Amino acid sequence: MNDMRIAERNVDTNESKISARKVQVYYGTNHALKDVDVDILDKTVTAFIGPSGCGKSTFLRCLNRMNDTVASARVEGTITLDGENIYDAKVDPVQLRAKVGMVFQKPNPFPKSIYDNIAYGPKIHGLTRSKSELDGIVETSLKKAALWNEVKDRLDSPGTGLSGGQQQRLCIARAIATQPEVLLMDEPCSALDPIATAQVEELIDELRSQFSVVIVTHSMQQAARVSQRTAFFHLGNLVEYGETGQIFTNPKDPRTESYITGRIG
Amino acid sequence: MSTGLISLIVLGLAAVGFVLGRNRAIRDAGGDTRVLHSLPFFHGLVVFLATAVPAFLVLILWLIVQPMIVNSRVSGMIPADVAPDAAAQTLALSDVRRISGGLDAAIDQDKITPDELEAMTTDATDVRALLGTVGVALGSDVNPAVFEAAKAYRKLDATGAIGRTIAVLAAALLGFGIAFPRINRDFRARNASERFITVTLFAASTVAVLTTVGIILSLVFETFHFFTLYPALDFFLGTVWNPQFRGGSELGILPLLWGTLYVSFIALLVAVPVGLLSAIYLSEYASRRVRTVVKPLIEILAGIPTIVYGLFALITVGPILRDYFAQPLNLGNSSSSVMTAGIVMGIMVIPFVSSLSDDIINAVPQSLRDGSLGLGATPSETIRKVVLPAALPGVVGAILLAASRAIGETMIVVMGAGAAAKLSLNPFEAMTTITVKIVSQLTGDTEFASPETLVAFALGLTLFVVTLGLNILALYIVRKYREQYE
Repeated sequence: MNDMRIAERNVDTNESKISARKVQVYYGTNHALKDVDVDILDKTVTAFIGPSGCGKSTFLRCLNRMNDTVASARVEGTITLDGENIYDAKVDPVQLRAKVGMVFQKPNPFPKSIYDNIAYGPKIHGLTRSKSELDGIVETSLKKAALWNEVKDRLDSPGTGLSGGQQQRLCIARAIATQPEVLLMDEPCSALDPIATAQVEELIDELRSQFSVVIVTHSMQQAARVSQRTAFFHLGNLVEYGETGQIFTNPKDPRTESYITGRIG
Repeated sequence: MSTGLISLIVLGLAAVGFVLGRNRAIRDAGGDTRVLHSLPFFHGLVVFLATAVPAFLVLILWLIVQPMIVNSRVSGMIPADVAPDAAAQTLALSDVRRISGGLDAAIDQDKITPDELEAMTTDATDVRALLGTVGVALGSDVNPAVFEAAKAYRKLDATGAIGRTIAVLAAALLGFGIAFPRINRDFRARNASERFITVTLFAASTVAVLTTVGIILSLVFETFHFFTLYPALDFFLGTVWNPQFRGGSELGILPLLWGTLYVSFIALLVAVPVGLLSAIYLSEYASRRVRTVVKPLIEILAGIPTIVYGLFALITVGPILRDYFAQPLNLGNSSSSVMTAGIVMGIMVIPFVSSLSDDIINAVPQSLRDGSLGLGATPSETIRKVVLPAALPGVVGAILLAASRAIGETMIVVMGAGAAAKLSLNPFEAMTTITVKIVSQLTGDTEFASPETLVAFALGLTLFVVTLGLNILALYIVRKYREQYE
């Protein structure tokens, strides 16, 4: 199999879901992200690639204001979601995170049952009126995450008892259950074996029909396989952003070319 | 020679051995320490340990065995009419020891010479008066047989001391004699000293374990003795605690157990919410600056002596509770009450709950918090629904440890809750606990072999079993919790 095969480029829409303008992030005195301008399209998989410490995870965490939980972090510039500035004082970060879900690097199921893991978001946001409605959300979320068939007979067993790949799909199902509009994924496969990685990648491609997905990855093959658009970060700068095929086959910036051919990173 | 002086001499010999061993190694290497198998320090250390350790072992062994031998020899000299039973025998033996100590003091102060002592009898001299002049007061005149036993005891003790000195010094020299000639450039001194240290460390840990075993055995033995004098069923099921000095006591544990559990329950009612909430604040909300100030301040509470808490209960909390709660509510007018002791004890155990819970909450992985926050949960929802359930087993362990601390507490109860054993539901009534009664039964003037005194051991054993059970439960829960994240 050719790992560098490029995913289909049939971007369904050119509607911009998230627009970032002149975003700066500081951790204390450290200027971690400089002047980032990005438009993330709806119903598209966007990959952020770049060497460690280049700011790609930092930028991802700006998109749902997870950086607010880091005391020393400071964000400047504007990021709009459907035209509304998410850093505006009247935006509640808690509400925002329900709309912009997140999946983390290491699978982090809560030490609760599989059912309660999925039901957690719908319960705190009051998305359901009855138990049967909640059951429905749990089932559809698990089905969308391609986990239903494996766990449908043991929804009451603890989520921590699943295998690594299953745990990560559980976390994706958990994020889907709050019906987000954007799904952020911070290196979702870095703790998984190749088989589980393939399953999650397949899943990401399916999720594209419903959400805009943003994925941070260290693996360029993965970015090429799952994304339609790719952004390359280097030393806190957004170096190049464009169609995945163009970035990997015909990069405009020499730094991008050096990185994807393995000379820097 | 006294034990302290012998120890100093042994240490001195060992130090000399260290220098000699070290120098011998260097000389054997011709001044070039690189050809030695081990550094000169280790050669010195081997000689040091070989000199000191066996000598100290002999010393300790001798100190344990000598009194046993002397006692058994001397007790044979006490006739049956002086000491008809085991208890009287014990009393007579302690008289013997006191008289012998008094005679030593008399000789030291030049009241008599050793030769005069040898010729002295109880008929010719008033021994009681003589000992009185050197500060040893006796309750009655000295029985001639006991006096002879005391003289024999003195002599045996003196012989023992000389034997001890010789044996210890011999052991030190023997150890030195064996280790020193073996020092040469190829001697694996580093490995040898390592083995010595391993054995020493093992011995140290054994001491702690053996002490625990000894404590349990002494409790079990005396408790068994108590149950031969007083029916166990009456002890465990009796609802009246009424010890009499002339016998015929009612020694039911239930009022004491009730008091213990009631006071501890109120203490936990205070400590658990305050401790847990402050732990949550410190670990989840407080800035680093607040945390570095507040956490040590809370932990200071654990360092305050319990007698000071007792004073606080006695002069502040007790009267306040009486004047503003108990009297207006017609619940009694005693300033000593379960409530007083419980509240003050609760304050004392707050740091146990808060400090341990804080550590446990901090041990919950940050990724779980991120996961919850990333789903749009607020910090307090995250704590309630994710962090606390994950930390719950550990928190329960912390609470149980605090509970066993509260159950064993004595001073606060004496000063806060009084000493009246009662079975009552009214929290403003004076009650008492097992620990308080152990103290009062053992410090009374009753003879040691009576059930009124021995009951203290049965109480102690019961308390020990209860707190041990709580501790095992706590450890079990904490261990189970650990497996989840590490």
